Amino acid sequence: MSEDSLEESKTETEPTLSSGLDRVVEKERRDFLVGASAVAAGTLAMLAPIGAAVVSLLDPLRREKVSSEMVLVARTSAIPEDGSPRKFTVMADRTDAWAAYDDSPVGAVYLRRSGDEVRALNVVCPHAGCFVGVAKDNSRFSCPCHLSSFDLDGAVDDPTSPSPRDMDTLDVEVRNGDEVWVRFQNFLPGRAEKTPV
Amino acid sequence: MRGMLDWLDNRTGYRALLQGVLYERIPGGARWRYIWGSTLVFAMVVQLITGVVLWSAYSANAQGAWESVWFIQNQMTGGWLLRGIHHYMAQVTIVLLVLHLMQVLIDGAYRAPREVNFWFGLILLQLVLGLSLTGYLLPWDQKGYWATKVATSIASMTPVVGPGLQQLLVGGSEYGHLTLTRFFVLHAGILPAAVALLIVGHIYLFRRHGVTTPKSAREKPDGYFWPEQVLKDGVASLIVMATVLGLVLWSGGAHLGAPADPAEPYAAARPEWYFLFLFQWLKYFPAGWEVIGAQVIPGLVLALVAAMPIIGGWKYGHRFNVGVATALLAGIVMLTWQARVQDSADPEFVSAQAEAEVLAERSSELASELSGIPVEGGLAMLRADPLTQGPRIFEANCSQCHRFEGHDGLGAQPADPPSASDLAGFGTREWLAGLLDPERVTTDEYFGGTEHVNGRMSRFVQRGVARFSPEVRSNLAKVIMAVSAEGSLPLQVEQDAVQLAEIEEGRALMSSEEINCTRCHTFRDQTEGDVGPVLTGWGSRDWMLGMLHDPTEERFYGADNDRMPSFGAEKILTEDEMGLVVDWLRGDWVRQDSQGH
Repeated sequence: MSEDSLEESKTETEPTLSSGLDRVVEKERRDFLVGASAVAAGTLAMLAPIGAAVVSLLDPLRREKVSSEMVLVARTSAIPEDGSPRKFTVMADRTDAWAAYDDSPVGAVYLRRSGDEVRALNVVCPHAGCFVGVAKDNSRFSCPCHLSSFDLDGAVDDPTSPSPRDMDTLDVEVRNGDEVWVRFQNFLPGRAEKTPV
Repeated sequence: MRGMLDWLDNRTGYRALLQGVLYERIPGGARWRYIWGSTLVFAMVVQLITGVVLWSAYSANAQGAWESVWFIQNQMTGGWLLRGIHHYMAQVTIVLLVLHLMQVLIDGAYRAPREVNFWFGLILLQLVLGLSLTGYLLPWDQKGYWATKVATSIASMTPVVGPGLQQLLVGGSEYGHLTLTRFFVLHAGILPAAVALLIVGHIYLFRRHGVTTPKSAREKPDGYFWPEQVLKDGVASLIVMATVLGLVLWSGGAHLGAPADPAEPYAAARPEWYFLFLFQWLKYFPAGWEVIGAQVIPGLVLALVAAMPIIGGWKYGHRFNVGVATALLAGIVMLTWQARVQDSADPEFVSAQAEAEVLAERSSELASELSGIPVEGGLAMLRADPLTQGPRIFEANCSQCHRFEGHDGLGAQPADPPSASDLAGFGTREWLAGLLDPERVTTDEYFGGTEHVNGRMSRFVQRGVARFSPEVRSNLAKVIMAVSAEGSLPLQVEQDAVQLAEIEEGRALMSSEEINCTRCHTFRDQTEGDVGPVLTGWGSRDWMLGMLHDPTEERFYGADNDRMPSFGAEKILTEDEMGLVVDWLRGDWVRQDSQGH
C-alpha cells in the first residue's frame, strides 16, 4: 500500500472512528436480534408439536380413576364356615383404554366368614404389589415375593415383615341374604397409609 | 470403477471418513483386552436387528401381546431362534457391560480427561437395564406381569411424584393396553434412540482420548484398528454370538409363561436374574424403609460410582474405587446367590414354579390345538380350559370330601381322610366296576366315608353281586358297559360305538332278575322305583351338571342326599365353574391329536 493511499484512508477513517464503533455495536445488536428471532421462531415452531406431545403423554394423569362400585363376588354359601379364607376372582365390567370388557377378571379377594359377617381382603400385597398367598395350613397369609406375613385378619403378624401396613380391607355388603358385594379397589403399595390407586 | 469411487469421494469425502474410522492408531498395538467395547457394540447391533424383526410380528396390546409372542415363538418360521437370540443376547449384554465397567475401573480408564466418557458409559448401563426391564413385560405373561408390577410399585414409592410417575408409566391406574403401548415405545423407540446417541458420543469421546494402555504396551510398536484389532474384535463377537446360540439351543429358546392374569396368583414371580440382587435386597428392609432400600441406597451407590473419576484423582482414590467396585460386585453376587438359595429351598416357590410351567405349556398347547387363539385372547382361552381349571375348582370346593386319584385334585393330600367317593374316572367302566365290586364298594374309594356305606346299594353289591354266578357276572359286565355308555365320555365313545351290540344287550339286562338295577333306579323307560339316582344319561355332562346343581332333586338322591351341597342352586359355583369341573372329571378337554388333527 502506498503512503498516499494510507494517508488517504486515514483521512477517510479518522472522522468515522466513532461511527465504526457504532457499526460494530450495531452489528452485535443486529446479530443478537437475528439470533434471538431464530431461537424464538424455532421455539414457536416446536411449541405446538412438543405441547401436543407432552399433553398427550400426561393424559393418564387426567384419567378418571377406575370406578369403585360394589361388585357381586360370591354367595355366602361359597365361603368356608370354619373361618378359613377363600380366594375369589372379582369379575367386573371395565374399560381399558379403547376396549370395553364385560365381566372380566379385574383382581381377586380373600373372603372370610364368621357367622353372617363377611370380611374381604385385597389379595395384593401392600408392600410391593405381589399376590399374597395363603399358607398351606390356612393359618396365615404370606407373600411369596419379599416374605411379608399377615394373620388371617390381614394384620401384619411379624415385626420383620417388610409390609408397611396390614392387608387392604375392602368394604363388604351382604345383600338379599347371601350375595356378597365388595367394593373392589387397589391401593398404592409401599406406604403406611391406604391410598386408593 | 476407480473413476466412480473418485467421483463419490469427491462428492462425499468418504475416504477420509473411512481412513479416520479404520486407521485409528493404537499405542502398543492391537490387544485382546480392548475387545469389550466392540463386543457391546456388536451386541447392540444384534438387538437392533432381532428387535426390529420381532417388532414386525409383535402386537402391543393386552389382548395381542401374549398371543403374538406365542405366534412368533411357535408358528413363525425361525421365530423361536429370533426371539431366543434377542432374549439371551440381552442377558449376555449385561455380563459384558459389567466386565467392561470393571475393566475401566481397574485400569483407571475413567481418569481425566475421560470423566465424561465414564459418565456416558454409566448412563448407557442404566439405559440397557431400562431396556431389560421394559422388555420383560412385553410378552404379557404371568412372570413378566407380576415381576413388573413390583417394579412399578417401587416407582410409585418415590416421594411426592411417585403416584403420578406410576400412572404415567402404567398409562392409567391399572395395567392394561396402555401399559404395553407405553412400555413398548420405551423399549423399541425412546431407549434404543438414547442408546444409539450415547454410543456415538461414547465412541467419539473414546477416539478423542484414545485407548487407555497398560504399561507393557509402551515397549511394543504401535498398531492400527484395521485390521489387527478388528480381527480380534470380530473373533470376540463370534464367541459372544456362539455363546448366545449355545444358550438358545440349550434352553430350547426364550421362555413364554401363561398369559398374564390379574386374578391368578403367581407365587414364582421373580425379576430377571440380574435384578435378583435388588429383589433380595428389598427383603431386608422392614416396614417404612422401602424407599430407603429401593431408591435412596441404590441412588447413592450410583452417585458414588459416578463420582469415581473425581475420587480417582485423589491419593488413594483409585484403590478406594477398585475396592468399592469389587465389594459392590461381591455384594451383588452374594445377594443373587441368596435369592436363588432361598427360592430353591422354599417348597412353595418350587411348586409354584412347577405349576406355572404346567400352565405355560398348556396355554401353548391349547393355542396350537385350537389352530389359533380365540379372539377373546389367551387368558380367556386358558380360563375356559377344563384340564387346568377343573382341578383348582375341585380342590377348593370338592376335596373336603371327595378325592381324585387319592389326592385333592392338585396333587396334595388333605389332612382329613376322604368322606366321599374318589371321582377320578367317574363314569368309566372301570369306575363302575369298582363300585360294583363287593371288596371295594365300602372302601374310601366309593361309599366308605358316606351314609351310603350301609345303604341298599352297598348291601346289593356285598350280598347280591358277591354271589353272582359266572354267567351273571358276564351279564353284569355288559350292564356296566351300558350304564357307562350313557355318559358318552370322550375317551370311551369310540369303544362304545364298536361294542354297541354288547351295550344293547346290557341295556336289556338292566331289569333282568338277578341284576335288576331298575328295581331302584330309573333307566330309560324301565323303572319300578326311583330310590337311587336316575341312570338315564348317567355320567353325561347334563347328568353331572344336574347333580352338582342340586343333588337333592328327586332324580338324584332326593332326601337320601348325604352331605353333597347344591352347588348350583345355592350359587356356590357359577355355571361356568360347574361346567369346567364336570368337563375335567369327564376327561372332556382339548387334546393333542384330537379332532381336526
